[in-house]
Amino acid sequence: MMEEPITVRIATLKVVSEPAVLVSRGLGSCVGVVLYEKGSGIAGMAHILLPSEEFSLKKDMPEKFADKAIEIMMDQMIQLGAIRSRIVAKIAGGARMFISSAPMPERVHVGERNVQAVKKKLKEMNVPIIAEDVGGTRGRTMEFDTKTGRVKIHLADKTVKVL
Amino acid sequence: MSNKIALSKFQLDALVEVGNIGMGHAANSLSKMLARKVQMTVPYINFLPVERLTEMFGNVEALVAGVYLEISGDARGKVLLLFPRDSALALADIIMNREVGSTTILSQIDQSALMEIGNILIGSYLTALNDFTGLKLRQSVPKLAFDMIGAVMDFLIIEISSVAEEALVIETQLTEPSNKIKGYVIFLFDPGSPELILKALGVDK
Repeated sequence: MMEEPITVRIATLKVVSEPAVLVSRGLGSCVGVVLYEKGSGIAGMAHILLPSEEFSLKKDMPEKFADKAIEIMMDQMIQLGAIRSRIVAKIAGGARMFISSAPMPERVHVGERNVQAVKKKLKEMNVPIIAEDVGGTRGRTMEFDTKTGRVKIHLADKTVKVL
Repeated sequence: MSNKIALSKFQLDALVEVGNIGMGHAANSLSKMLARKVQMTVPYINFLPVERLTEMFGNVEALVAGVYLEISGDARGKVLLLFPRDSALALADIIMNREVGSTTILSQIDQSALMEIGNILIGSYLTALNDFTGLKLRQSVPKLAFDMIGAVMDFLIIEISSVAEEALVIETQLTEPSNKIKGYVIFLFDPGSPELILKALGVDK
């Protein structure tokens, strides 16, 4: 039987130990981060909005920041019995969605900035990124099956990529 | 200064009225361009926590064309025009003089046409706002995205988060008689800008 997917809404995260399908829908410049322990099925997904607190006026939702969300997911997974050194990551998102008819001087784009922040935090915590689909100009829906460890990336044109 | 904005019912009504007048002008421009009667109304004006913006539209995976512009000058803000997929294609057909329904993929020229619609709509809106308030406002070059609505809108939330906790959303609905085209205009004013507009209108107290 197919499980009903659990939607991880923007600026939130979800950690599970029972088999589940976690999904972040319509990622543009946001980044979806999946952490999982191979074998046990203990896993989490975060739908990250911003790199860290300093980029936001409102600081009361730590789940929306790359650094805090990854720490929270890791802690919750360890509480459920996961072993830190066995946890790996898959990430997707961080696109630049808008094209312009005239070239404009661009600062570092918010999508790239998010991806950089996620990678920096994962490196700091020694979590290897075993698959990624980041950047580009297209939106993504990221779907993660905790039983198989497989991530499916759905694009607007219905194409699917497996990570 | 607080970053949450408290406005009275009277002040909100004043902003709605400005929105209506601006959108009236914009609808006229668009009616001329499309040679059909386009109506625009302001059904919704409110403050929303920024993270909840994409959820206004329900299904975040629905396909839309988004035209994005920034407003600068005496007040600052961002504007996003959203056309559901079928409406965007129908609009392109009408502008390019094709039978409505014949397009399934937006060509480069179609995309430019949609950006131009954004330019004209927002231009006439800002002109009306200027006539009314004396505020001088400029618009940036438009940008376009054609994708899932969540993906099209999330960078806006990211940008707004750094300056505001809540966004003033003026959601305008665009309709025309054949019902082939629906659209939404979302204005997000930076903090301080709604107050500036109200002051210019003389309803700041």
